[in-house]
Amino acid sequence: MKLQEIIALIDGEVLTKTDSLAREIKGGCGADLMSDVLASIQPDAVLLTGLCNPQVVRTAQMADVAAIVLVRGKKPPRETIELADQENIPVISTPYGMFESCGRLHRAGLPSLENTVG
Amino acid sequence: MGNDTQPKQRIVTDAEAGYITRVEELAYELRIQEVMTRDVKTVSPDMQMGAVLEVFRRARISGAPVVHKGRLVGIVSIEDLIHALRGGDVAAPASEYMSERVITVKSSHPVIEALKIFTQEKVGRLPVVDDEGKLVGILTKGDITRGLLRALQSDYQEEELKKYRVSHLFADIASDRTSLILRYNVKARDFAHGGRASSDIKRALMRLGANPQIARRCGIAVYEAEMNLIIHTTEGGVIQVEIEPHQIVMETTDTGPGIEDIELAMKPGYSTAPEEVRELGFGAGMGLKNIQRCVDAMTLESTPGKGTRLEMRIYLQPDEAFSGAAHAREGKAQ
Repeated sequence: MKLQEIIALIDGEVLTKTDSLAREIKGGCGADLMSDVLASIQPDAVLLTGLCNPQVVRTAQMADVAAIVLVRGKKPPRETIELADQENIPVISTPYGMFESCGRLHRAGLPSLENTVG
Repeated sequence: MGNDTQPKQRIVTDAEAGYITRVEELAYELRIQEVMTRDVKTVSPDMQMGAVLEVFRRARISGAPVVHKGRLVGIVSIEDLIHALRGGDVAAPASEYMSERVITVKSSHPVIEALKIFTQEKVGRLPVVDDEGKLVGILTKGDITRGLLRALQSDYQEEELKKYRVSHLFADIASDRTSLILRYNVKARDFAHGGRASSDIKRALMRLGANPQIARRCGIAVYEAEMNLIIHTTEGGVIQVEIEPHQIVMETTDTGPGIEDIELAMKPGYSTAPEEVRELGFGAGMGLKNIQRCVDAMTLESTPGKGTRLEMRIYLQPDEAFSGAAHAREGKAQ
């Protein structure tokens, strides 16, 4: 699914200077604990999270996350946006909560890219 | 309009359009004068349409500005020519069939301005004028595509060259055992810069030509280890990464406080992290477990009151090894 479609599905607002809205997103992952993200996410996913500090961007970079969606209408601090711009990772804000956002994307056919952690 | 028939001036395909989206930045950086065609074929308003056809055919173009006494008075396209031909009116002057409404762009403007016009207006070409309004070139979508691809290619070549130089490090330097050591000092409680060292390490590995899967495993492991230095140590610590053709060894050392019970620290979900760290999304008690999952061998040594040393090793399979590794091994076997 194209990032552009994901943004439309969750009424998202792009917060970064992103020029890669045509980027193909393979699936999604929702988590608020960064270690959970690092443990379970597969490359090229969109990460839905309620955290908005710069560590989210670092985590995304380490885990090859394609885009970050901040749920519940969160507006991140400036440092987060600056780092995301620098690393070229799009950050999108959605007014919907975590469950609603994940649900909308999953229903539209975006698969889960969360590994089952055993 | 807007469809060029010559192979030289092809239309932007979907694939190219996708490419352009990614290089939108370039469309802002590049000036129109850098991508336009400078050698403009012009026609005069009193030139017969039959002669215009001849100009188009010879120059293999599908449109031309109409210039009278050095002034741009119109633009004539292949469609106008078709109209004239259909009416058997080839003897009519260009002024009768040309469009008088000419949209021009300035040579000093960024390419994006021209792209905007191409999407809004049904035009196939835009005459380019300088600041004095003098015609200096002509621009088609094909010119823009070629210009952007050319700029993109030179960006790409630069990065490739960097990559090439770095990735040949191991091949070009002869020694019994070559390695590259990267060191980073990490401050305790420096959450603002947390992950910066790991980010640099991952980038270095990619530049060295590491397989993305390997770079990712190293990145995740060293990131968790870096966060541990920031969260738990009293005075910060040091990350050292030793890269060899066949393995990557990452090590973090600190001067305390040390881990009381290593077995307990390894248990998933166990954490001594304070609340402020948990608010950052860390301190879930998964760090060491994550590291263990990413690396081939992990050694954790700690003395309470003295400090901790964590060693993480990733072995590279022959197909994952840095270029030059095979060469180095051959050298050794002799």
